[in-house]
Amino acid sequence: MTIVESDGIDLARAERKPRRPFRNISAKIASLPMVLTALVVFVGCTVWTVIYSFTDSKLLPRLSWEGLGQYERLWGTRRWLVSLENLAIYGICSMVLILLIGFTLAALLDRKIRFEGAFRTVFLYPFALSFIVTGLAWQWILNPDFGIQASIRAMGWESFVFDPLNSPDLVIFGILIAGIWQGSGLIMVIMLAGLRGIDEDIWKAARVDGIGTVKTYVKVIIPMMRPVFVTALVLIAAGIIKVYDLVVAQTAGGPGISSQMPALYVMDAMFKNQNLAQGFAASTMMLVSVLIVLIPWAYLEFAGKKRG
Amino acid sequence: MNMHAPSVRIRDLDLQFGDVKVLKSLSLDIRQGEFLVLLGSSGCGKSTLLNCIAGLLEVTDGQIFIQDQNVTWKEPSERGIGMVFQSYALYPQMTVEGNLSFGLKNARVPKAEIAARVARAAEILQIEPLLKRKPGALSGGQRQRVAIGRALVRDVDVFLFDEPLSNLDAKLRADLRVELKRLHQQLKNTMIYVTHDQVEAMTLADRIAIMRGGVIMQLGTPDEIYNRPQNRYVADFIGSPSMNFIDGRFDGETFVAGDLAIPMQGYRFSSESARAGQATIGIRPEHVVTGELVERAPVQTTVTVNLVEPTGPDTLVYADLAGGPLRIRMDGHAQVRAGDVLPIGFEPSRASLFDAETEERI
Amino acid sequence: MADTALPTHGPRGPKPKRALSRTNIIVYGTLIVVSLYYLLPLWVMVMTSLKGMPEIRLGNIFAPPVEITFEPWARAWSGACTGINCDGLSRGFGNSVQILLPSLALSVAIASVNGYALANWKFKGSEVFFTILILGAFIPYQVMLYPMVIILRELGLYGNLWGLVLVHTVFGMPILTLLFRNYFAGMPEELFKAARVDGAGFWGIYFRIMLPMSLPIFVVAMILQVTGIWNDFLFGVIFTKPEIYPMTVQLNNIVNSVQGVKEYNVNMAATLLTGLVPLVIYFVSGKLFVRGIAAGAVKG
Repeated sequence: MTIVESDGIDLARAERKPRRPFRNISAKIASLPMVLTALVVFVGCTVWTVIYSFTDSKLLPRLSWEGLGQYERLWGTRRWLVSLENLAIYGICSMVLILLIGFTLAALLDRKIRFEGAFRTVFLYPFALSFIVTGLAWQWILNPDFGIQASIRAMGWESFVFDPLNSPDLVIFGILIAGIWQGSGLIMVIMLAGLRGIDEDIWKAARVDGIGTVKTYVKVIIPMMRPVFVTALVLIAAGIIKVYDLVVAQTAGGPGISSQMPALYVMDAMFKNQNLAQGFAASTMMLVSVLIVLIPWAYLEFAGKKRG
Repeated sequence: MNMHAPSVRIRDLDLQFGDVKVLKSLSLDIRQGEFLVLLGSSGCGKSTLLNCIAGLLEVTDGQIFIQDQNVTWKEPSERGIGMVFQSYALYPQMTVEGNLSFGLKNARVPKAEIAARVARAAEILQIEPLLKRKPGALSGGQRQRVAIGRALVRDVDVFLFDEPLSNLDAKLRADLRVELKRLHQQLKNTMIYVTHDQVEAMTLADRIAIMRGGVIMQLGTPDEIYNRPQNRYVADFIGSPSMNFIDGRFDGETFVAGDLAIPMQGYRFSSESARAGQATIGIRPEHVVTGELVERAPVQTTVTVNLVEPTGPDTLVYADLAGGPLRIRMDGHAQVRAGDVLPIGFEPSRASLFDAETEERI
Repeated sequence: MADTALPTHGPRGPKPKRALSRTNIIVYGTLIVVSLYYLLPLWVMVMTSLKGMPEIRLGNIFAPPVEITFEPWARAWSGACTGINCDGLSRGFGNSVQILLPSLALSVAIASVNGYALANWKFKGSEVFFTILILGAFIPYQVMLYPMVIILRELGLYGNLWGLVLVHTVFGMPILTLLFRNYFAGMPEELFKAARVDGAGFWGIYFRIMLPMSLPIFVVAMILQVTGIWNDFLFGVIFTKPEIYPMTVQLNNIVNSVQGVKEYNVNMAATLLTGLVPLVIYFVSGKLFVRGIAAGAVKG
């Protein structure tokens, strides 16, 4: 079998391929903003903050090492511990509730109902609003003198008490109501997209097998939507750790320090109290908590892809 | 230019994606004006090879020459090729005319020249009435013609086709196949055509290269590929229903499998010294004869029919021979039923004999 | 056939449907009750903003105004005090527009080119940078804020409108790049190959082939950015000076200022005014908004 005919020209092997850094030069130049952002901001700034968290920087950053001193002080500060406790309560409650509400609403909207568009619009519109607007709106509704409490008392129930924003024990739930109001629509949309992505034939098969609607959701649909749930969880978690504006607008951390959050602690340390390194240490702890959420997720995603 | 030199030459081409070797030291010469079909199942590297020739994939090692020029490092547009894609890949926001002239505008061809070339291509492909339309308003066949036209206006020596007909329905595919063949006869360009459809390959090709796992298993005319497959893979790949294989022993003159002995007189051996040993004989279902023809066949035996599959023009009969399944292609009028005992015969000179170990033709 | 044996009575034709089945009552009942929770704040804000202060002190927060007044809106726009000055939200609105437009243009332009390069012109290391970029989206902003302040100060952009524009471009990049990359990667690869055979280069293919085909994703990206930049509070506080504070920061200063008597109606009017831009975009763009956040979120 002749694949190659006799060579009329000299086809001596050319020298090994040299590196060609100017290939696709336009693409490389065009990617420069991305490269700079990734390296300088996301890597550079993060590393910088972590390094300076081991110094005693006050008003200005300086490299005078203090070891773990800032961290010791941080974990000895009541305000930080309250912040973490608040974050944990807010985080766990909003994860559970947002997932529950988001999925339930999506499942209801997926029942081929009338006015689906209208309902969806209503559930999602708060997501278009800023946390500042959300916080201020709920601050007003929860205002004890004019809001829900006052209105119900005016209707005759004189002893009715609903004043979460001024109660140190309940204030975090006051913020939670607002946070869920703002963020559950997004999860509903994601869940709805996930539900719509499920093969119609699954429902037909369940109907032929005589499995009830609720049971089908629990036994068949939810397990199939595992990736969607994981994504939703990661999104909620990433949002929770960043919670800042909402608290600033709604309670400014009060009453006292009872609605403090880590982000507020960091901001106050860095920009108000001229205690930079303390802020750096606290923000490094925020980063660590993100990693605690992110690493198992990345592992799951990666393992899932390998299997899939 | 040397008219006798090959049009496209590929030398020791390697392509690796990570650890996966997609093309392995592949060499191939394609003659001037030849219609060469790269045929293989998916993942065999045929499209990859075509993309390497086009310059759309960077090769790991080796060289590519087009019309005596080393184009290994050249941009696709500098290689003197035109390409037609499976999905047509027409620019949706441009009119047909815009699609045809886009490449020429990029090459700064003068306006008058562009107009002339577009008009000529449109005439050849009979798409003049469509020039002002957008691709979205065209049928599948019309889009395919525009895609060919886009290669045509480039006025190049080599046309590359990447499964251009596989998005069309069966009838249109047959029509366009004929048209492509006519176009090749008219233009006489070198054409390299990738497909997984063996009918397309057999009907269009001057030569077919059958690929598997990044290497060429056989390069030859359709006749050679069909009648004298070089190895068991090619024999199995070409033909539908595929070739029957019977395992046995070849003693240098006779092939023996169980109580079936096939004298190989009249068989054209690949080499003078036909090696004896374990072997496989391949017989195409359409080369098994039945009825009156059996008496004239050099090898005769009987089989019991266990399944009958009428397809209209043909009837496919399944039986067992020498411990293995045997498919027989019979005339559509044949009256056969499962359980019938059927006398059959075949001609050893039309069979193929393979070494059981190397799977190469003996 | 034996169809004489079949009874002629019994169910025939379509099965009768009950409009008020139990399932329907549960489904619609739940949806309506939940809708009230979502609509309540908007209702209360609008009602409050249309009442005078005396009516607010006496009346019910949910009740519609007895006497409608637009005076709170006027005061919120041009007379409310932020603690520094008393010219209302109009200044913040202007600032926000001035911040928004260049940020929007720059971030979308850069991210679309990035996404295009990542989808079609992969080079050695491009995937690494992209991974860093996506992971960067999960880093709390607080970690990067102070070094960013230093960088901007070194560039002479701190406290300046262009500094904030840069910040928005940088922090908007992960999600936008992801959005564009996925969109461009979803376009038929053969189109890109055809354009290369036709001799178009990096920019030629971007402007002549990709851009005209990607209008929807640009709209989605713009919606995402307009909402995000308009609603930003953190960057506005940190990276600008009081004179160029965006609307959200001004709003917070107005409502949460400790001086003077609280004017709840003006506060609610101001809150609504600030929320108006993203709300209008949301209601006008509808499906595209949903598509944008769903695409950005699900694939993120």
